[in-house]
Amino acid sequence: MTGKSLNPSLNAEELHKPVQLILKDGTVFSGQSFGYRQSLSGEIVFNTAMSGYPESLTDPSYKGQILVLTYPLIGNYGVPPMLKENGLMRYFESEVIHIKALVISEYSAESSHWNSWKTLSRWLIENKIPAISGIDTRALTVHLREQGVMPGKLIFDNIDTEFVESDKINMVEKVSTKKVISYGKGKYKIVLVDCGVKSNIIRRLIHRDTTVIRVPWDYNYSDMDYDALFISNGPGDPEILTPAIENLSKALEGDKPVFGICLGNQLLALAAGGKTYKLPYGHRSHNQPVRMQKTNRCFITSQNHGYATDAGSLGKEWEEFFVNLNDNTNEGIRHKKKPFFSTQFHPEASSGPTDTDFLFDDFIEMIKKSKK
Amino acid sequence: MSINKKINKVLVIGSGALKIGEAGEFDYSGSQALKALKEEGITTVLINPNIATVQTSEGIADTIYFLPVTPFFVEKVIKKEKPHGILLAFGGQTALNCGVSLHRSGVLKKYNVKVLGTQVESIMNTEDRELFVQKLNEIGVKSISSTAVTTMKDAKKAAEKLGYPVIIRAGYALGGQGSGFCNNPEELESLAAKAFAHTPQILVEKSLKGWKEIEYEVVRDKYNNCITVCNMENFDPLGIHTGESIVIAPSQTLTNNEYHKLREIAIGIVRHIGIVGECNVQYALDPKSEDYRVIEVNARLSRSSALASKATGYPLAFVAAKLALGYGLHELKNAVTQTTPAFFEPALDYVVVKIPRWDLGKFRGVSKEIGSSMKSVGEVMAIGRNFEEALQKGLRMIGQGMHGFVENRELESDVREEIENLLSNPTDMRIFVISMALRHNFTIDEIHDLTKIDRWFLYKLKNITDIHFMLSPYSRIEDIPKSLLSESKKAGFSDFQIGRVLCKNSGEELTGYSLKVREYRKKTGVLPVVKQIDTLAAEFPAQTNYLYLTYHGTKNDPIRKEGKKSVIVLGSGAYRIGSSVEFDWCSVNAVETIRKSGMRSVMINYNPETVSTDYDVCDALYFDELTYERVMDIVEMESPMGVIVSVGGQIPNNLAMRLHNGGVNILGTTPQSIDQAEDRYKFSSMLDSQGIDQPRWKELTTARDIHKFTEEVGYPVLVRPSYVLSGAAMNVVSNADELDHFLELAANVSKQYPVVVSEFIENAKEIEFDAVARNGELMVYAISEHVEFAGVHSGDATIVFPPQKLYLETIRRVKRISKKIAKELNISGPFNIQFLARDNEIKVIECNLRASRSFPFVSKVLKCNLIEIATKVMLGQEVEKPSESLFELDYVGVKAPQFSFSRLQKADPVLGVEMGSTGEVGCLGDDYYEAILNAMLSVGHRIPEKNILLSTGPPRSKIEMLISTRKLHERGYKLFGTRGTQKFLKDNGIPCTLLHWPDEDKNPNTLEYLKNKKIDLVINIPKNLSSGELYNDYHIRRAAIDFNIPLITNARLASAFIYAICRLKPDDLAIKSWQEYK
Repeated sequence: MTGKSLNPSLNAEELHKPVQLILKDGTVFSGQSFGYRQSLSGEIVFNTAMSGYPESLTDPSYKGQILVLTYPLIGNYGVPPMLKENGLMRYFESEVIHIKALVISEYSAESSHWNSWKTLSRWLIENKIPAISGIDTRALTVHLREQGVMPGKLIFDNIDTEFVESDKINMVEKVSTKKVISYGKGKYKIVLVDCGVKSNIIRRLIHRDTTVIRVPWDYNYSDMDYDALFISNGPGDPEILTPAIENLSKALEGDKPVFGICLGNQLLALAAGGKTYKLPYGHRSHNQPVRMQKTNRCFITSQNHGYATDAGSLGKEWEEFFVNLNDNTNEGIRHKKKPFFSTQFHPEASSGPTDTDFLFDDFIEMIKKSKK
Repeated sequence: MSINKKINKVLVIGSGALKIGEAGEFDYSGSQALKALKEEGITTVLINPNIATVQTSEGIADTIYFLPVTPFFVEKVIKKEKPHGILLAFGGQTALNCGVSLHRSGVLKKYNVKVLGTQVESIMNTEDRELFVQKLNEIGVKSISSTAVTTMKDAKKAAEKLGYPVIIRAGYALGGQGSGFCNNPEELESLAAKAFAHTPQILVEKSLKGWKEIEYEVVRDKYNNCITVCNMENFDPLGIHTGESIVIAPSQTLTNNEYHKLREIAIGIVRHIGIVGECNVQYALDPKSEDYRVIEVNARLSRSSALASKATGYPLAFVAAKLALGYGLHELKNAVTQTTPAFFEPALDYVVVKIPRWDLGKFRGVSKEIGSSMKSVGEVMAIGRNFEEALQKGLRMIGQGMHGFVENRELESDVREEIENLLSNPTDMRIFVISMALRHNFTIDEIHDLTKIDRWFLYKLKNITDIHFMLSPYSRIEDIPKSLLSESKKAGFSDFQIGRVLCKNSGEELTGYSLKVREYRKKTGVLPVVKQIDTLAAEFPAQTNYLYLTYHGTKNDPIRKEGKKSVIVLGSGAYRIGSSVEFDWCSVNAVETIRKSGMRSVMINYNPETVSTDYDVCDALYFDELTYERVMDIVEMESPMGVIVSVGGQIPNNLAMRLHNGGVNILGTTPQSIDQAEDRYKFSSMLDSQGIDQPRWKELTTARDIHKFTEEVGYPVLVRPSYVLSGAAMNVVSNADELDHFLELAANVSKQYPVVVSEFIENAKEIEFDAVARNGELMVYAISEHVEFAGVHSGDATIVFPPQKLYLETIRRVKRISKKIAKELNISGPFNIQFLARDNEIKVIECNLRASRSFPFVSKVLKCNLIEIATKVMLGQEVEKPSESLFELDYVGVKAPQFSFSRLQKADPVLGVEMGSTGEVGCLGDDYYEAILNAMLSVGHRIPEKNILLSTGPPRSKIEMLISTRKLHERGYKLFGTRGTQKFLKDNGIPCTLLHWPDEDKNPNTLEYLKNKKIDLVINIPKNLSSGELYNDYHIRRAAIDFNIPLITNARLASAFIYAICRLKPDDLAIKSWQEYK
């Protein structure tokens, strides 16, 4: 009866069958499906961004996670077309949806935008991604904030499933490229270690006269001929990514510029002998304030991470580059002498604010200098 | 000690009276700025004649000048006070223009006053269109191609070149004054002429009608750190002024790319221009691509920034003031979390909808169409977790008898063409026309084609009408499935709306039925939850109680109570004609008094342009509806000791009895007494029983009875329909013809819609009695008199306190009667009585058992806070009766109305029994003339230089004005008159040049003189108070407004003004602060 106006792609009976969201600590929420119907489990995390669901859903860093969006109206502008440009999806951050499931307050069944090709619901169903609406996402977020992120499961049609502890799984392996791919035909050759790279990182690099050679996360690039190294973002616990850390340690013995983002920041810290730890509920939003150390320069950044670098664990040759103004956690490190730096936030944005795009320029400048 | 050691004293410029385009939002921003300065230990000086504001209250600024915000007076204050710094960005366009002028004339430099925050050069770069476009071009940002012109010829040439349709705008004007669309050269000519009257430069632009309109609020500190606090999307596309549009925050139809592209550009602009503080960037965005244009940039706090502050919980004005002093954003704290910094961008987990409030029905002759210039007088902000919920809340908040998007006393038209026409030519009823179209099966595409409103909004609106149709088959609440009931509540349906669908038109008592809905809902567990606005979407805990209610939730947010007893104060809702910032002042003072008493103060209000909706003025702020349903929801959550209904004007007052019946403890005067004062019959018989006189009146239901009664009491009579629906507003009727005309308009006079006719006493003085009583005993009072005779609405009257021209006997009688009434109604709290007096004969016109419009004025003149006393009385606390000597004042206060006729095209700028002013000022002086001159200069009058046009109406006012006119002549003014006036003056030996009436094809002509600005002041007294205004008088008055020439339409006020200008030169006016009047 209310089905027609709320969700035209499903019949009324299906719509009114409630879906349960059960947290590991026993808390239960109930909502309606607007995606694929399949019981599953994953770590539940929340993101407070107010725009950018097509980008977030295809961000490989969300691999294995059930994503809660705190912004209550989702689906408003539909889903853009699956066009390719320079070997990348033009409007998405990867080829596929990476989140395990989506949890929101209200789904906007009718979307409106000149560039919308399908509804969010259809896209999710086509990609077999469960999604529920009608959840008090604010209550859920407060709960996660107070209790920390935890596994949860979605139960459709009373078909139960086990809680999955995603920390134990190497998610990077699942999202990293299996083969070496090259993008762009620029002057500077950058090896990009793909731990689950967002497409916009590649776009921002090839936009600046570079050739990006994307290699698998555990690829040994030490014998390759390149000008600089880039370590990408990606999902999960950095400490389990031993081959990546070892390769990077070797690269740090040299002098070629290194730039890391998000997981790349943590891997750089680990390769430099530092430590990482898990945050109680992570940073996932478009409004994280960071300050460039020793300056009054502050930036609003886009973030998506559950782990952080322990700044105190860094060696003497390293220093903090950026610090989070909300909770003083590390937001980037740099080498005091060599051209190595990384950020915990996402200068490539997409989705989110573009304030720190200049870091890509800084990276190119480093390459130019090191080539001289 | 201030962060900037050289700045220890700062002058803040206020915005003066509330007017269309410049309302209470600047009380909010100025108050916040003053708070921020105070926190730094800086001595503050404020110049603002708006006496009803919170910012002009004790303890906000150190020194307050109730003087006109003009370069002349500000310079004098600077000279006297010698401030180190000045803030220009917190008093709207008025303060900004004044500051630019002081900069240009070298005054700021001369007195070594540093402009804090955004510098004047930067301001000029945003205000001067040519400079602005040039600035944007420098950084490759696109603006709307426009041409700045200074002559009519160039305007036409520019329009030809751009191609019609074009839009024209006046430079240095806010609220789109003098702007509009022109489809052809004729329209251009008429509009441009008016615009040139206000400004030397106008802009001719290509029209981008139909593009999306998006705004960003940007903040920048001196370290070049930038944030955007909020973005907003207009429901109505370009073509309708943002002040006339429904606005939603955050944007709903923008992709991440669009959102952040515009954000990035906004930051780029703000950095390039060099803003330090707050700034607003407006865009047009192509609905079919990512193409955009920058419309304008406001380098100051604005209406939008007030809205953004309330929408996000980010205290923009407070932060902007701190940045102006030299702080960095990262050095300030987020006021909500108190742990994270002010350098961040709020994440919303709700939506807010702003809806404008119009009062076009109050004006004669004004067009109801809405467009590129602003006509709305106020706005509301509604918060919900979806668009439907927020919108329906908002439509109720607007307070024009609507219950939401549907279930109203509907607009009805079955003619498709008519609906189409209404859709493409929007009026103040636009949203309800869309409702009607949806119920008449217009498709989304059809509505979109006619309105260009984004389909997303229309889909959401259709959800509401869909639910209406789903509810329609039911007639018993018990039969509605719980899922549908819950769905309806989530879409913002009130219990009343649901009740109305269920009842159909069965005539069942609706109020009773909505109570049934409520009961059933509670039984079945369909209940709202309370949520916090915390700036970070729950990522960090909030330390404040900034709250709203929603049906999209299963769990209440924790509300911090700290074990105190709650007292709820009901606020005053949207600014509208008749209820303005004065009630906000009352509400804020009540809340403060509660707080000081150690109790938990709880505020309910929804007007984003106020101080009362700052979450730091009270212990808990519910930014929500002032309806029975919502107040009861909140009462059930708060379990308060009581509710105060007497400080927020008529809205809370009207709720008193229902809340009482719902078991709520109403503090102060009992609801039964309130009812006794509100109910015409009960009040009247009480007066009779006490032997108190009142004008004779009768409630009548047939034309015959009306005529009969009128013959009995004699003309003129005051007639008022009980429902102002038909366009037949309250009016004074002087003869049988007029009465017939009125009855024709009020075609539906019937048992259900009776008309009240009362005797109208001519040449009577009107007296206001504002007071506080405890258990029926008078505690403190203030008697003030109107300058104008009765017949001018008390909100439009010029009021003098203490009274200067009342007989002592009159005062004694007024006091005696008031004491009787206070005793009889056993008043405990604030109240106001209006009297008529002629030859010591006193009649009571009205009595309100609540604070009145003049409470802040008399409180500040008396220097005795009547609301504080009233609140203490209502809380049952001990209050000492102020000593009688309090009432001996050695100075005079004058309150003068501010009109906004220049924004209301075609409206007849004449005073009558319906209120038309949008704001007011209150000024002080050592005598009556000084006070009245200060007040009149504050509301836009100027001391005429040379030429005065007189058209003094009926013989009585001609005679009344004879002495004052002679004074003008003696002072060397050159007088011009229309035929009768000129002859009358000549006969009395006063030289006067004849100007012909507008409809005469003869020169010299009045209109020609006005158009060419050869006249410095127009005094035009209407022949009578009826609606049958002559063509000529109307055209003279209207031309005065359109060509920005001061106009006075009341003989007594004109005389008072003339006396004042003949006695005092501007330099004679003392520059005395409020504190210096002792």
